[in-house]
Amino acid sequence: MRVGTILGRPFFWIVAAAIALFVLAPTLGNNVELRESLLLAAVYITLASNLNLMLGYAGYVNFGSIVFFGLGGYFCIYFVNSLHWGLAPAAIAGGAAVSVLALLFGLGILRLRGAYFALATIGVNEAVMAFVTNFQPWGGGTGIYLSTELFKPLGGPAAALWVIYYILVGVMGLSLYLSYFVKLSKFGLGLLAIGQNEDAAAVLGVPAPRYKALAYCVSAFLPAIAGGLYFFKGAFIQPTDAFDLQFSTEAIVIVMLGGQGTVMGPALGAYLYEQLRGWLLTSDTFANFQLVIAGVLLLVIVLFAPGGLMGWLYGRWPRLKRVLE
Amino acid sequence: MTALLEIVGLSKRFGGVAAVQELSFAVEEHEILGLIGPNGAGKSTLFNLINGVQVPDAGRVVFRGIDITGIPPYRVARAGLARTHQIVQPLAAMSVLENCIVGACFGRENLPLHRAREAAEEAAVFVGLEDRLDTPASQLTIAGKKRLELARSLAAQPTLLLLDEVLAGLNPTEVERMIEVIRRIRERGVTILIIEHLMQAIMSLSHRIVVLNIGRKLAEGPPAAVANDPAVIEAYLGDPALAAELLGAV
Repeated sequence: MRVGTILGRPFFWIVAAAIALFVLAPTLGNNVELRESLLLAAVYITLASNLNLMLGYAGYVNFGSIVFFGLGGYFCIYFVNSLHWGLAPAAIAGGAAVSVLALLFGLGILRLRGAYFALATIGVNEAVMAFVTNFQPWGGGTGIYLSTELFKPLGGPAAALWVIYYILVGVMGLSLYLSYFVKLSKFGLGLLAIGQNEDAAAVLGVPAPRYKALAYCVSAFLPAIAGGLYFFKGAFIQPTDAFDLQFSTEAIVIVMLGGQGTVMGPALGAYLYEQLRGWLLTSDTFANFQLVIAGVLLLVIVLFAPGGLMGWLYGRWPRLKRVLE
Repeated sequence: MTALLEIVGLSKRFGGVAAVQELSFAVEEHEILGLIGPNGAGKSTLFNLINGVQVPDAGRVVFRGIDITGIPPYRVARAGLARTHQIVQPLAAMSVLENCIVGACFGRENLPLHRAREAAEEAAVFVGLEDRLDTPASQLTIAGKKRLELARSLAAQPTLLLLDEVLAGLNPTEVERMIEVIRRIRERGVTILIIEHLMQAIMSLSHRIVVLNIGRKLAEGPPAAVANDPAVIEAYLGDPALAAELLGAV
């Protein structure tokens, strides 16, 4: 795919505008509450966009995608806390380490298909959680607390939260462009073919094992970095938070809600879901009521609108396909 | 003429059933070789063994002098060996053109995406799908899906094409058009190995015919000789009158 043709597409600039909006909206007026809401949205968009590479493009349901996020968090916190690295190198090294691990896991579990693959991804998450819970260098079950001293290089706790927010928005932007570039590439075409009919794709020459492993590996990198930033921001990480399957399930709901296999869908789904979650959290009647809604939503989408919001929009206005990809 | 594809002592068992037994024959360059035999004779299994969907228990598959026995299907495709499926396997949600682009991208030429479109379009037009380029593959008729199978494999610019019952389920007009397309593919220099039950069609298309029965080779030779072979008449054609009729067709 040539760079010039991408720059000429309206969707490239729509993504750029969305990123700019994420940066400007809370900055103007120094709105901390909006920043916190958008930070979570950015994390959800990162998780959902990368999950979409497997789920939406290659048609492989990864129920344990949160393992990338949690492991990335652990690597980053460990590098910062024990090895005294800076945040940026620690987060990036964490992303790289998790990608390598994902490649190894992937070569094993990607021999499975359908429900068996989905089950295996849960197994990977649970196995990693059990390992970390018993791994003393990473604090075992109690986890790792960070000293607030570590925020000093970023200009103190208050400024650090802004810095982390901006970096996370950057990671979100990279996730969206990654998803877009993959979709427009030969690699993406191969993944889509695998998602449609893996056997037929292989007979047509798509190197399915390599492509799937690569997609699984790539889809681990940015969520792992996001995990590093997220847990650094909280200054605390423990296994039950880092490997919480609830987060994985939410990511799947988001991808299905927005529209699997599209670039825009997971982002739209993530933003809407985060708004819904924030709105429901302010009600005292139910704790975690968004999970009930998420379950019902998933059922309704799978039954009545498998294409999600984007599928519905494309159905109504087919020409929208060329603008909102 | 040199052999493009050599099958040497190929065998495959499924449990107690010997699907293919010690089968040997060769496909010469630029010919159309017909493969016939009763249902369950092992024809489709043979295709699966050739293109790597299944791994043989014994024997070798040699394509252009290179042993390709047991290598995965996507590498066989890359080597220039394309096939169609008896039961059509469209990439359902993708358009006709996108299906063909996949073929062109990942086939023998291994084209980059921006150059694959042209080859894909050409292949789709060649089989007569020019009005359906943007139609989702799932919405094609059965004849359309058969054409798509052919277009996709053609877009890969193969050296050897395996056709698995591309005429089955088509009406007489469609059969005639498809036969014409197959002839024109061969004229482009593509060698063809074709499985078919429509006797008239395969007798007139093929230069040579191999007859399979219960996984073994029953006969091999020019159509006229095969249709006259008493063993073939007994096992497959069943009726000397039909054989005589076919001889008339040759």
